[in-house]
Amino acid sequence: MTKLNINGKAYDVDLPADTPLLWVLRDELGLTGTKFGCGMALCGACTVHIDGQPGRACVTPISALGAKKVVTIEAIGADKVGKAVQTAWVEMGVPQCGYCQAGQIMAATALLKQKPKPTDTEIEEAMTGNICRCGTYNRIRAAIKSAAGDKGAMA
Amino acid sequence: MNPPLETRDLGTDVASRDAPLVIANVSRRTFLQGVSALGGLVLAVGFPATVRAADPPKYGADGMPHGWVDSPLVFVAIGEDGIVSIVCHRSEMGQGVRTGMPMIVADELEADWSRVRVVQAPGDEARYGNQDTDGSRSTRHFFMPMRRCGAAARQMLEAAAAARWKVPVNEVQAKNSEVVHTPTGRRLGYGALAKAAAGMPMPVGDAIRLKDPSQFRYIGTGKLKLVDAQDIATGKAQYGMDTRLPGMLYAVIARPQVYGGKVVSVDDAAALKVPGVVRVVQVEPTPGAPQFNPLGGVAVIGRNTWAAIQGRNALKVVWDDGPNASYDSVAYRATLEEAARKPGPVVRNDGDFATASAAAAKRVTAEYYLPHLAHASMEPPAASARIAQGKCEVWGCFQSPQAARDLVAKRLGMPVDDVTVHVTLLGGGFGRKSKPDFGVEAAVLSKAMDGKPVKVVWTREDDLHNDYFHTVSVEHLEAGLDAQGRPVAWLHRTVAPTIVSTFDAGAKQEANWELGMGVINVPFAIPNIRIENPEAVAHTRIGWFRSVSNVPHAFAVQSFVAELAAAAGRDPKDYLLEVIGPPRVVTPQMLADTWNHGESPERYPVDTGRLRRVAELAAKEAGWGRSLPKGSGLGIAAHYSFVSYVAAVVEVAVNAKGEISIPRVDIAIDCGATVNPDRVRAQMQGACVMGVGAATLGEITFKDGRAQQDNFNTYEVTRMAAAPREVRVHIVPGDYAKPMGGVGEPGVPPIPPALCNAIFAATGKRIRQLPIGDQLKA
Repeated sequence: MTKLNINGKAYDVDLPADTPLLWVLRDELGLTGTKFGCGMALCGACTVHIDGQPGRACVTPISALGAKKVVTIEAIGADKVGKAVQTAWVEMGVPQCGYCQAGQIMAATALLKQKPKPTDTEIEEAMTGNICRCGTYNRIRAAIKSAAGDKGAMA
Repeated sequence: MNPPLETRDLGTDVASRDAPLVIANVSRRTFLQGVSALGGLVLAVGFPATVRAADPPKYGADGMPHGWVDSPLVFVAIGEDGIVSIVCHRSEMGQGVRTGMPMIVADELEADWSRVRVVQAPGDEARYGNQDTDGSRSTRHFFMPMRRCGAAARQMLEAAAAARWKVPVNEVQAKNSEVVHTPTGRRLGYGALAKAAAGMPMPVGDAIRLKDPSQFRYIGTGKLKLVDAQDIATGKAQYGMDTRLPGMLYAVIARPQVYGGKVVSVDDAAALKVPGVVRVVQVEPTPGAPQFNPLGGVAVIGRNTWAAIQGRNALKVVWDDGPNASYDSVAYRATLEEAARKPGPVVRNDGDFATASAAAAKRVTAEYYLPHLAHASMEPPAASARIAQGKCEVWGCFQSPQAARDLVAKRLGMPVDDVTVHVTLLGGGFGRKSKPDFGVEAAVLSKAMDGKPVKVVWTREDDLHNDYFHTVSVEHLEAGLDAQGRPVAWLHRTVAPTIVSTFDAGAKQEANWELGMGVINVPFAIPNIRIENPEAVAHTRIGWFRSVSNVPHAFAVQSFVAELAAAAGRDPKDYLLEVIGPPRVVTPQMLADTWNHGESPERYPVDTGRLRRVAELAAKEAGWGRSLPKGSGLGIAAHYSFVSYVAAVVEVAVNAKGEISIPRVDIAIDCGATVNPDRVRAQMQGACVMGVGAATLGEITFKDGRAQQDNFNTYEVTRMAAAPREVRVHIVPGDYAKPMGGVGEPGVPPIPPALCNAIFAATGKRIRQLPIGDQLKA
């Protein structure tokens, strides 16, 4: 039995300790907002926050979590920065297919919580692990700037 | 752009030939859970199938599965609460169709957008007509039917209000979900009128009063937010990967790694010991050409996806690799090159290439190579199925839900009516999800598990190993220039395994719809043009990839035009315009194009004026000719595809280490009038990124019959830092009275050649092989 803290709720999970957090979230707990894209921490679609740091749920075994607090896309709107990022995403029409966007939003929120006014280079460094096959990168960049309060952000 | 598969009598909901557009009041019929339950007005509109069947082919694409603009039924329901439900019968994969289609209806209906709900149609060809969401067709095919549907509903609401008030109908006007009696200012909401409106006569034919486009409130404004944006941003959006059903099991499948391979024996002892593994099931392959059927293999079913993956890792399968076990990309390239250097079957012949070339002042030859690509949509294929009481329900990210329905029914031996296919959001499609093999797999496994719900998950490795791959090609071009450097002779040999081979095993020549993607239908002012298509044998599943054969053809043609400009010592933009020639309207038949992207040659001739205009617009907006630092350059390309015209100017910077960056792309599109210009911009922005990825990184190679790339570490796609830093989209204004063009695909083809032309301008190095990879590195 592994104890998990997900979005402020405590769970007891009866699964092998090496089970990645991703599949526990998606298949066992029904939190399907966190996406499967590669299974190897290559695409960022499964990005969640683990004690406030962005982490890849697909390569994080539940045994590694201990008492760490996991926050997923379903709960990030309760955070002021997370909410601002979500709002910017909608306002700027960032998503195309949208599949990668939960991971993008989680990565962007983590960035802005650490660096409220990121430079272009800081945005690129923070977001480089998140693939968008539809190619929404310029709107992602603009939405991050918009959420950071940069009124000049343009899609 | 699908190949001929089968023809079917579309059957129901057919009206007389006298009425080209039928609107039937079907309020009392229960046909769609969720819409009919609301009560009130329900309208159905559709082109009856018999019209298409009896008329001469109007649009030229009758060979597609189930025909195409044949019977699109679209439903509107207005509840007594005033909520307007609009059915979207096309699949959303990022192009914005779930916003765009309902927007058209809502505009003519004068519906308050905040009170519109979008309902996704299940796969049901008899009811909705063609739902194949591919070929960049949704908006251009359904703009008018959707408008008429909305307008008819609006008129019925107006008639109901006029009857209620006992005033002439010309004194009332619908506006923003209310009907207003103009002389007195009285108002009634749509909710209050819905029931009465359902009893009003249905306007048909010329009685339908469409808005003047100047009165559009949503169409063309680009101001509405995406209907799914909020759900996407909060993690609530449901994709094929996200379906959850009570008691669901999860499956992954070990599929043959070589095309045509088969299971010889399975040792599942270790797999069955993996915690959470429930059962191991063999999936029978499908005899004959693969079409959209499962490849077969061995499925491991578990209580969650991870258990299934671990179980599959523990499987011991002995395979017979079959006839394609020696497929090798290096050797295959040599085979294609050999074919490309010898005369082949002629598919277009204007004038006399050989004589003109022999007499030319200068001759130029170049050969281009483009590798296989994988779609790699961010959501790998995924579908769920359950069977109960003799009925099968399937959920999945399908671009072609009715093909999924037909194939599931066939495989399970059930009547089609007993199969329901629900369409989720698609986490990217790009043509991969036109092929619903994964839906059939889910149904087969549910059956094997006595009808229990089973979700089939493709891992990224599965997606890259067993894709319906974009073709691989060698494009051989020769030209003769006169003393002034003008091209007088043009030879293009295109050699590529055809998508037809996926449906007709052994097919070796490109279909007219592949050749019509920018190789035979070059609208160039060159007197002697010869196009040849030597044979190529397919050794893997070949399928549509966004823009399909336009990608290799445009790369070769637009690179070669720039090479000729260099040979002639001319500016590439001026030279391109000269090759396109003066503005003129060319019938596709004159270009030996019998396909014309599936459209009527009369409604959609090739207009070189429009092609010139986008090239000129992109060049002007890009500041063509501006001075750039050393190592930087501009490149241009223009291409006609999916009956739209797109040109791009790419600015590239190549540093001393041979690394490239792309500060800016100016891309101009003439797709006619637009419904949602913000999504047109989004599609162009995305096409630039995908085009850059195909040019710089994308390559699937085969060795011993197996795809060599496993995941995003070996099959790289463009990430943020490598994407064009700025994409400026320039949309040529259009006229709503004229036919529209496609948007989802035509942005891609000009990008790779424009980029490589820019690299030539920057460095003098000509790229003739994609991906660029390390070719510029010292």
